[in-house]
Amino acid sequence: MYAFTYHRPASARQAAGLLAKKEEAKILAGGHTLLPTMKQRLAAPSALIDLGACADLKGIARKGRTVVIGAMSTHAEVAASADVQEAIPALAYLASHIGDPHVRHRGTIGGSVANNDPAADYPAACLALGATIVTNQRKITADDFFTGLYETALEEGEIITKVVFPLVSKAGYAKFRNPASRYALVGVFVAKRGSDIRVAVTGAGEGGVFRWPEAEEALKARFAPKSLEGLKHSADGINGDIHADAEYRAHLIGVMTRQAVAQATGK
Amino acid sequence: MATLSMTVNGKPVTATLDPRTLLVQFLRENLRLTGTHVGCDTSQCGACVVHVDGKAVKACTTLAVSLEGASVTTIEGLAVNGTLHPMQEAFREHHGLQCGFCTPGMIMSAVDIVNRRGHALDEKTIREDLDGNICRCTGYHNIVKAVAAGAEAMAGHGMETKEPPRQAAE
Repeated sequence: MYAFTYHRPASARQAAGLLAKKEEAKILAGGHTLLPTMKQRLAAPSALIDLGACADLKGIARKGRTVVIGAMSTHAEVAASADVQEAIPALAYLASHIGDPHVRHRGTIGGSVANNDPAADYPAACLALGATIVTNQRKITADDFFTGLYETALEEGEIITKVVFPLVSKAGYAKFRNPASRYALVGVFVAKRGSDIRVAVTGAGEGGVFRWPEAEEALKARFAPKSLEGLKHSADGINGDIHADAEYRAHLIGVMTRQAVAQATGK
Repeated sequence: MATLSMTVNGKPVTATLDPRTLLVQFLRENLRLTGTHVGCDTSQCGACVVHVDGKAVKACTTLAVSLEGASVTTIEGLAVNGTLHPMQEAFREHHGLQCGFCTPGMIMSAVDIVNRRGHALDEKTIREDLDGNICRCTGYHNIVKAVAAGAEAMAGHGMETKEPPRQAAE
């Protein structure tokens, strides 16, 4: 790891002030992507601004027809939250299957969303549930937030403060894990809110998380795994690597979508 | 340089250190607590697992300076006055190790599982929750037996879980 200066602000506002002042500074949340990357010397920030002491970035609460999750909430906290379990059980389920127990004690929702790893779990939940990513400057809908591989709509100096998930009537998540990395080879999150049906796919797309409009259309007639019979995703624009080629991943998209709908409908 | 004060195995510790220092380096090299191992150094294998404020974390992927004010427990902090912790005793009794390199992490993870899920653990739960710990010798069979026995023994020793076990809906 290259040397850096370390800063530990007590609030998001202080963090933003530091971020504006320090050149080539990076935000440290749970550190479970950034620190390994720095250890490999693939990232060399001159300063780290640790959000660990920012009390205003913590906490999970039901607010009206939404669940609001502070950016520094760990995966373990989201998984164990009675509010999340009751309001959006599929989201608690997703959080409880990220990485392993130790990773879930440190990794955060804000870090995962900001990093937008193409195989991360949370981007699929954000996109399918129609979440709003709230920063220290503005609110960004999930549709506008995830812009490409490891790329987001976040501007320089912008810090995610919370993620707001609207309640849905049904939701489910299924992922086919890479057994070594525990990242999704393919993960599909489905959500139904009235006539609005969203299917979001992670792990598979060359440009990161994406929606599958044909599956959404098919589920409009009836929200059931049967509605997806015979529906296949094309292998165009799908990732291929040593773990799974594009055709196999495309096939898994169909399988995981049916499993996610089955989970959402309790069938 | 940065300053740090924390509690390690119940004792207050203060240090001035390079902010790059990982928790596992700090424990091993500064405090000479070498029971915590570095296996893969890439947050996969779990040989470096310690408890931070009662929760299992990978010490190879945590900066020491980010734990200002925290309470850290390492494998050295489990035994009391030379008497093995019930989970350590269970690993000895059930031969839950061969070379022993992964054992400190396995035991710290096992105690964390009991803290989260209580004393009655079935095999499936144990195997799933040992997801973040890799052993390359024994094939896990005796490790799983040891964790189940250790969890029960902890109840017998009046080691109540710190909070009521709670887990995500599955």
